Amino acid sequence: MTESLLQRDKNDAAVEFSRPLRLSVTEDLRGFLAEKIGHATLFSITFLSVLAVMAIFYFVIQESVPFIFKGSFGESIGRLTEFLTRTGWYPQSHDNPEYGALSIIVGSLYVTLGALVVAVPVGVLAAVFLSDIAPFSLRQICKPIIEILAAIPSVAYGVFAVMIVAPWMQNTLGFTTGTNALNASLILSIMALPTIISVAEDALSAVGREVREASYGLGATRAETMLKVVIPASHSGIVAAIILGMMRAIGETMVVWMASGNASRIPSPWWDLSQSVRTLTATIAGELGEVPKNTDHFHVLFMIALLLLLFTFGLNMVSEFFMARFKKKSRGL
Amino acid sequence: MMKITVRILMMFVITLLAGNAMAAEKLQIDGSTTVGPIGDAFAEAFKDKVSITVSKTGSGDGAAALVEGRCDIAMMSRFMKDKEYKAAVNKDIYPVAHAIAMDGVCPIVHPSNPVKGLTSDQIRAIYKGEITNWKDLGGADRPIVMISRDTSSGTYETFHKLVMKKEKMTDSVEYVNSNPQAHARVKSTVGAIGYVGLGFLDRNVKALTIDGIKPSQSTISKGTFPVSRPLFLFTNGYPKLGSVVHAFCTFHLTEEGQEIIEDKGFVPVTDY
Repeated sequence: MTESLLQRDKNDAAVEFSRPLRLSVTEDLRGFLAEKIGHATLFSITFLSVLAVMAIFYFVIQESVPFIFKGSFGESIGRLTEFLTRTGWYPQSHDNPEYGALSIIVGSLYVTLGALVVAVPVGVLAAVFLSDIAPFSLRQICKPIIEILAAIPSVAYGVFAVMIVAPWMQNTLGFTTGTNALNASLILSIMALPTIISVAEDALSAVGREVREASYGLGATRAETMLKVVIPASHSGIVAAIILGMMRAIGETMVVWMASGNASRIPSPWWDLSQSVRTLTATIAGELGEVPKNTDHFHVLFMIALLLLLFTFGLNMVSEFFMARFKKKSRGL
Repeated sequence: MMKITVRILMMFVITLLAGNAMAAEKLQIDGSTTVGPIGDAFAEAFKDKVSITVSKTGSGDGAAALVEGRCDIAMMSRFMKDKEYKAAVNKDIYPVAHAIAMDGVCPIVHPSNPVKGLTSDQIRAIYKGEITNWKDLGGADRPIVMISRDTSSGTYETFHKLVMKKEKMTDSVEYVNSNPQAHARVKSTVGAIGYVGLGFLDRNVKALTIDGIKPSQSTISKGTFPVSRPLFLFTNGYPKLGSVVHAFCTFHLTEEGQEIIEDKGFVPVTDY
């Protein structure tokens, strides 16, 4: 057996070396072209997705600019200030439209932060449990199930919110309306969980065994090791996980469109999450379909899209920063 | 295997050719998004006879398209305005209206609500945020939850024009994006008031009378119900008898056409 293998190896080697070392011109050219073409193809395929991002930025900016830059400089500033600081949102009016998006921006922040208040503690603690405490077999069962959460279509979450959570809030909690900021926050927190759990769990697992054992060696208990060594060591990864979860929540459309009630105002008193709010994404989804093209209403919706894009872009940068720091740290640099 | 594939391919090609030959006549329909679903369903019924393109760009654009000769039939959720008529006549186009259906929008409340009817002024006051509790309207002491359709829908447009008199709704009004969803929200919310097309009324919600008039097929098709409006198709002159356009514009008189109209939540213009 070994002999025949050896024999074949020899033969292969012989074949390989029996080929002329010098390539003919055509072979040389073909090889050269194949490499360059392959290179170019792969590059352009990759570049396509970069291009898509750039194109989205370009078109969103192109369509939102006419809303701001119209008339004199003072008017432009006035429109921008109205957009960012006023709460009257009434763009469909023919006589005196209002374009104050403040209540919509605040609505987005409400549901996003509300979602984080629930999802961050639950997500991080679940990640701790899965990475350090759960026995291997349990973890093998739990992780895929949690990941299923990410695969459920958002409209299904929306139906759940409207048909089950909303009546429950009205009948059991006694809220006047069931589609409100709290409802949307709860559903969004469930949707952000898989992201937070899996990224945070990766971060915690990446802290090496030797770090944990050194801690135990110094006499620390399991809880002390977890709280004072492992979590601090992986904190940039956990922050990145939270930001990714936040991006999931802020960009979600269908669920908030169905669950938040879409009343464009800031809840008063400010802490009353049982009132309905409207988010940036829901406003675009609800109004863009029928709005006549190239009107102020059309452009202001793109202005909202631009704002949303800048938001997520900023968050993405922050999470990249923490990810990079985490990678550096876990390599011991 | 090969044979079957070839046969299927051949059949495909033949149907394609035949379809092309049959659908030589082309019909352009343009206009209101409210009438759009009816236009779509009618076009579906005519698809063997003629190739129809239905675009839904709004009543104003439908009128403009008819005037400019960009379409054969304009769908409109309102009558043509003076200006549009003048522009048409100046271009030697004589718009003729065909009322094909009525659109009635009914206010609905939770079945447990004792309020039976409201005046349109009261409904306007509710949506303007001036009346905020059912006790002011003879109901229980319970805050009113106002539910509206999204501002881009035709149902909203009708309600906004006929009940709100184009005045602004207060900012605490909630918006939902379909008739079934408005129905579902009112069904499950005790203090809610909403509005839906007549076709969406059932036992789970209570339809209110407006100014004492009950929303029904009969009151809407007669036009006595205050929140009802006719939906139109406009053609250039009365269509030639026997032409496809004529058949299309009179399709609402057939049983199939009436079924479609009811199916889309509108009311046929007949009364029997």
